[in-house]
Amino acid sequence: MSRQSNRTTDSKKMNAELFTLTYGALVTQLCKDYENDEEVNKQLDKMGYNIGVRLIEDFLARSSVGRCQDFRETADVIAKVAFKMYLGITPSVTNWSPAGDEFSLILESNPLVDFVELPDNHSSLVYSNLLCGVLRGALEMVQMAVEVKFSQDTLRGDNVTEIRMKFIKRMEENLPAGDEVHSRICVPC
Amino acid sequence: MYQKMETRFTRGKSAILERSLTRPKTEVSVSAFALLFSEMVQYCQSRVYSVSELQARLADLGQGVGASLLDVLVLREKNGKRETKVLNILLFIKVSVWRALFGKEADKLDGFPAKVTVHWHKGTTLMIKFDEAVIARDKALEGR
Repeated sequence: MSRQSNRTTDSKKMNAELFTLTYGALVTQLCKDYENDEEVNKQLDKMGYNIGVRLIEDFLARSSVGRCQDFRETADVIAKVAFKMYLGITPSVTNWSPAGDEFSLILESNPLVDFVELPDNHSSLVYSNLLCGVLRGALEMVQMAVEVKFSQDTLRGDNVTEIRMKFIKRMEENLPAGDEVHSRICVPC
Repeated sequence: MYQKMETRFTRGKSAILERSLTRPKTEVSVSAFALLFSEMVQYCQSRVYSVSELQARLADLGQGVGASLLDVLVLREKNGKRETKVLNILLFIKVSVWRALFGKEADKLDGFPAKVTVHWHKGTTLMIKFDEAVIARDKALEGR
């Protein structure tokens, strides 16, 4: 990523409609290309992961967020800064596990699913699964292995949409052997 | 989808049909869209063997988007009346569609062709080639 961007510029916004329709086109195409919902879910997660791996660099370049001290801070940054910056929404952080290693993001609205309805023959499709991959990929680039999944989904009949995030472990930084250190930014969040 | 539907038509149908179709207030970042679009291009690339196949796949994706956008824009900005004359459609694309997609109108409206192809010559030019039948019909409508 060599695009020059400083913190005050490059926060261009666009109306969510095109974004929603484009995502819909993607999911529709995946449903045509793959035989069952499980495969589509996996593919969405994989594509989300690829996006997350790149998104984190954009995020770190554009926000003035520094290193997160703990998982609670990570949760707040995700909900209040990252979601706001990219999707224009602020989910709430709730349902912390006693050990502090698991929490939920409750999304009251989600630009990906505006005007979307799941047909009966796709009842196990996790329509927004891309988001899980994005979160997983982005956090992996800052040395955090997490498990992300939708525990509730308004598209599948639940009252709210809930993403459950669980901290698995801190990952080793992969620095190449020798004198050279890559300049890739790996600021642990 | 209509902005207001009498309840006797929607009873028993989903709540989505009742929702307003005014411009959404939520804004997403351009980089979110760019990242999504880039991933979609890469996905298409992985499933084709030639550039023309890639372009065809991308165009297919776009077609669904365009169809939905047409309905929404026509409803919102033209009160449900779709343009049927060639020049008016082009103006509609130049003004309304481009504004919905890119936030501003297209720069110029040139020439007249309904197969759309992209050419790079002093900037990007989209060429739309109309069928003979459309031109003929337009000529016939000119009298009205």
